[in-house]
Amino acid sequence: MFDAPENMPALPHKPGVGYKPQHFTEIMENPDPVAWLEVHAENYMGHGGRPLAQIRHLAERFPISVHGVGLSIGGEAPLDPEHLARLKHLVSWLKPTVFSEHLAWSTHGGEYFNDLLPLPYTKATLTRVAEHIDQLQNTIGRQMLLENPSSYLAFAESTWSEPDFLRELANRTGCGLLLDVNNVFVSATNLDYDPRSYINDYPLEAVGEIHLGGHDEDEDDHGKPLLIDSHGAEVVDPVWSLLDHTLSLSGPRPILVEWDTDVPEWPVLAKECQRAAAALIKVPA
Amino acid sequence: MSIDQTEFRTAMLDAEVAVPEGLLDGHGNPAGRRFSVYRNNVAVSLTEALETGFPVIAKLLGDANFKPIAGLFLRQSPPSAPVMMHYGAAFPGFLRGFEPLQHLGYLPDVAKVELALRRAYHAEDAQAIAPDALGQIDPEQLPLATFTFAPAMELIRSDWPIYDIWAYNMIEGAPKPQSRPQDVLILRPEFDPAPHALPAGGADFITAMRQGQTLGDAAESAENMVENFDLGTVLGLLLTNGAITQIAIEDKL
Repeated sequence: MFDAPENMPALPHKPGVGYKPQHFTEIMENPDPVAWLEVHAENYMGHGGRPLAQIRHLAERFPISVHGVGLSIGGEAPLDPEHLARLKHLVSWLKPTVFSEHLAWSTHGGEYFNDLLPLPYTKATLTRVAEHIDQLQNTIGRQMLLENPSSYLAFAESTWSEPDFLRELANRTGCGLLLDVNNVFVSATNLDYDPRSYINDYPLEAVGEIHLGGHDEDEDDHGKPLLIDSHGAEVVDPVWSLLDHTLSLSGPRPILVEWDTDVPEWPVLAKECQRAAAALIKVPA
Repeated sequence: MSIDQTEFRTAMLDAEVAVPEGLLDGHGNPAGRRFSVYRNNVAVSLTEALETGFPVIAKLLGDANFKPIAGLFLRQSPPSAPVMMHYGAAFPGFLRGFEPLQHLGYLPDVAKVELALRRAYHAEDAQAIAPDALGQIDPEQLPLATFTFAPAMELIRSDWPIYDIWAYNMIEGAPKPQSRPQDVLILRPEFDPAPHALPAGGADFITAMRQGQTLGDAAESAENMVENFDLGTVLGLLLTNGAITQIAIEDKL
């Protein structure tokens, strides 16, 4: 269990955006309404050059959220000590406001698959993931936020619901949660449950950040909708509605717009962030 | 009926292997092609990483060839760490050993140039000496100078015209490559690394300087390798592109 200090730094309850180098100039000139930035940890693990120079500049002006995509917290094997050391180094010099990672695995047998792979929600997974979260939090010396996945299938062996599983992890480890509302919508559509019930069951008091993003639409073998989390499109209306529902229960939270593939021009992203700002204005503080 | 990650991984990387039992849709039916989302994500994201990292190889092979070749490579050599900026270090060796590409002998060395450009992009920053710094040194002392090079500098030697091939595919209007050996020096003046073709003997000179030899000794060993070694051009290249971070004068014994 990680004992978080009383005055944990927090992101502002405003829109943030997943930072892309092509938007550097626009963000430095007029970021409105974006109040904070998120970067993928693994893109800033070089020794120097433009990426590190840019993030140093940005960190002087904006609160930064570092979002890990490669630690494989759900992996069966022990966490990679070299990758833990890289994360520790990054967090120690960049001093981000928050650090987050995923409830997923991505490395096995020394191979990294560059994707977030699913976990069965069992006692064995719970014990292992809790140990890994403890290890990470102790290594970087701070609380982390854990993000819910996009699911395309379910495990017959699962004995926990996802909200209960996340609540138990937060209780055991003292970690916070990163609620990806698009992931909830994608998973609920794919596994045919009500996304609002998921949000109603979710431990919203532990949420330190919300993610929004776009998805692609496909079909399964039976012609049922199969949504793919792509971060390559605008956030759809039902996800904005689900955000409103979430905020009405949770109160205002930092909201990130993620757009990682087919990245649009800055005005398109800024417009998505305006919409997130509008959703926040409706919520009583 | 628990599915371990070894079983998941095997089925994910090989579409001929059956989807593990115990993976379901939302109604308790077998997951079927839902599992393909993972197969697809892994193959597509790693193929895209290779395409981004090796644009000249991708162009030389063409989309129809590059994608299946990348598919073979990524299954044989998935990333060994979650830091994608270095993915593909084994790609030149793979291309060298890949039977159907034996007639394109230059591909591995061109891939090495592309890998080195990426390493240079992420290399440690360093403060270069002023471009006129050599001129400040007493001409009698000059042969005794030793250099420290910027961490971003990369040297690739080849029996193929690797600079010309790179340039022909990346720079509008660059001339068609002619068959000849060529050595490439990658330099990063600020943040953007660029390859440069070295004159004959240049690679020998730089290798000797990197080993700590003096300017006089390194130039002499290059002159022994080639006639008319063009020391001025090589020094100009190094000085105008911020390749030298320190000059020391070796004490005469």
